[in-house]
Amino acid sequence: MDKFSVFSSRLVDKSENFTSGHRACQGCAEALAVRHVMKALGRDTIVAMATGCMEIISSPLPLTSWKVPWIHNAFENPSAVISRCESGMKAMMRKGKIPQKKINFVAMGGDGATADIGMGPLSGALERGHDMVYVCYDNEAYMNTGVQRSSSTPWGASTMTTPGASWKRTQKKNIVEIMAAHRIPYTATANIAFPEDLERKLRKARSIRSGLRFIHLFASCPTGWGFAPADAIKISRMAVLSRAFPLYEVEEGERYTINSGGDAPVYDYLRMQNRFRRLSDGDIAMIQEHVNREWERLNRKARG
Amino acid sequence: MKTILEGSQACAEAVRLARVQVVSAYPITPQTHIVEELAKFCSDGSLNGRFLCVESEHSAMAAVIGAAAGGVRTFTASSSQGLALMHEMLHWAAGGRLPIVMAEVNRALGPGWNLWADQTDSLAQRDTGWIQLYCADGQEVLDTTLQAYRLAEAVNLPVMVILDAFFLSHTWEPVDLPAQEEVDQFLPPYAPRFRMDTDHPQSLHGVAPIGVYMEMRRSMQLAMEAVPELLERIEEEFFARFGRRYGPVEPYLCDDADVILVTSGTAAGTARVVVDQLRAEGQKAGLLRIRMFRPFPVRSVHEVLKSALKVAVLDRNCSFGAGGIFASELRSALQGGNPVPVYSYIAGLGGRDITVETIRDCFALTRGTDRPAIESVWLGVKEELLK
Repeated sequence: MDKFSVFSSRLVDKSENFTSGHRACQGCAEALAVRHVMKALGRDTIVAMATGCMEIISSPLPLTSWKVPWIHNAFENPSAVISRCESGMKAMMRKGKIPQKKINFVAMGGDGATADIGMGPLSGALERGHDMVYVCYDNEAYMNTGVQRSSSTPWGASTMTTPGASWKRTQKKNIVEIMAAHRIPYTATANIAFPEDLERKLRKARSIRSGLRFIHLFASCPTGWGFAPADAIKISRMAVLSRAFPLYEVEEGERYTINSGGDAPVYDYLRMQNRFRRLSDGDIAMIQEHVNREWERLNRKARG
Repeated sequence: MKTILEGSQACAEAVRLARVQVVSAYPITPQTHIVEELAKFCSDGSLNGRFLCVESEHSAMAAVIGAAAGGVRTFTASSSQGLALMHEMLHWAAGGRLPIVMAEVNRALGPGWNLWADQTDSLAQRDTGWIQLYCADGQEVLDTTLQAYRLAEAVNLPVMVILDAFFLSHTWEPVDLPAQEEVDQFLPPYAPRFRMDTDHPQSLHGVAPIGVYMEMRRSMQLAMEAVPELLERIEEEFFARFGRRYGPVEPYLCDDADVILVTSGTAAGTARVVVDQLRAEGQKAGLLRIRMFRPFPVRSVHEVLKSALKVAVLDRNCSFGAGGIFASELRSALQGGNPVPVYSYIAGLGGRDITVETIRDCFALTRGTDRPAIESVWLGVKEELLK
């Protein structure tokens, strides 16, 4: 029986702050990620969420999946909303109007909400240095509206707006580097295939009480990427093991720590998904080169 | 205490007196004096609140939405392009039933980049669910802002307090500044009906399926319908304490008037002078200033205009393809009641002066024309520039 104690299921918090009964697709890695994020953040959390899959699936009146105060505020500005919620409620606490309490002020958005339409408000909140956590769930396209490309869609992926052979021919925006360039206290990537690492990073983000902490969470999407729901975790894991989505942390925009290894060929990761099926072996070789280059660059930074 | 204040300062003083806890804004001329003043109050401690400079008007409104959802009394201010950028969030504040108060300094929209007075910016937001109050002088800006918090917090709808660019925002006038204790008694601390609270978690602004959305919108409409009576009660109380009241509409010499001019904002001050002149000349002229545009004060305008023979509306705005906006609202409000003909005039767009002559022209044209033109009549247009 002792062996079982090392299983992830025994290590994670038992509390559920994002409950079942929501309307996510089968095999939605994002919903699973939210569940673990909310376990790590705990009940003393206020969430402002951007429009997107997670908002739609979790909040149809009169139902809610949220066991914490939760507010949806359009597509582009969960960071603006939560930043003022933070300042306002802290002002009320200071004046004794509401009880003193450590609250995690959390903004959540998808890759479109974060890297595209909400980039300005997010950068504004970063610059102002609010005590807040921002979690970006990256499923690499606008999934809620039916799989359109975002700036976070990788090179080579077909979407409804980069259809078939007209797959996306620009690189994925590196949101982590943009965050790190703001010199915020903590930036990290996470992946639901590595739940202990994910929860550790959220707890670390929670424990820092000044400045914005940013978590970039990889979320595989069976509906948008074209794979069987049962493979959601396998694909998420392959993204890390192939170095397409390495796990790492950046402190104060300078100190890089890599938390993942693996050297699986990116071919194995890409060939599991329909969105890359138009790519030739030559195209995939180019992606491999890009992944190698990025991995080298990351390692150089980690070595300092 | 009587003091000399700029219109913008009158607004900022009211926000200070209302003990607003969170102000968030983005700079745009001619709103800047309001927020600069508030930033000063926050930094020197005369307002115990937080001032947040954000990166856009969209975020400014989003930020006060966040604060208001946290149970905090909030304020923002904007103008023109900034208000247009806020548009999405204006719907959000109203649909979220958050009692936010904002000052909106009427300024023309570009292109044809223009910093001066024009009401089309705020009137373009008339369907967002905001209560709209148009002010005529600095004292009214101060008083209206205080009343706005009472009103907003009573019906859970946001309120826009509207000032003409420069004519009001940058004009210095004597203003009676009430004492803090008096204001505290009129405007108690904000007691939110709902707020974000980790001990009593709620989900706000989530998906509203077909089965509930219409009821949510019906309740907004009902809240709007309750505003005229509520404003009257709030103004009674305000009058008892401060000795001033305005009403949803402000009639001047309307009881026996045969021709009544309807207008709003600072143009009403000039119109009053003209009415006095015309009265001295033996004409039965009257003036009706519309202060509350949303909800539109249907009953009040019926009452005031009931014995007029002709009504002239002077609009400093235009809905392209329809004409003067107050005029079309007034026409629809009068349906089924008084069949008085409504003459529509447009003047003063983009800050062009509405002078005594402009208003005399309105009266003369209305008196001298048997039936109103179908289209709005534009006054003071340089025809040679249109060739």
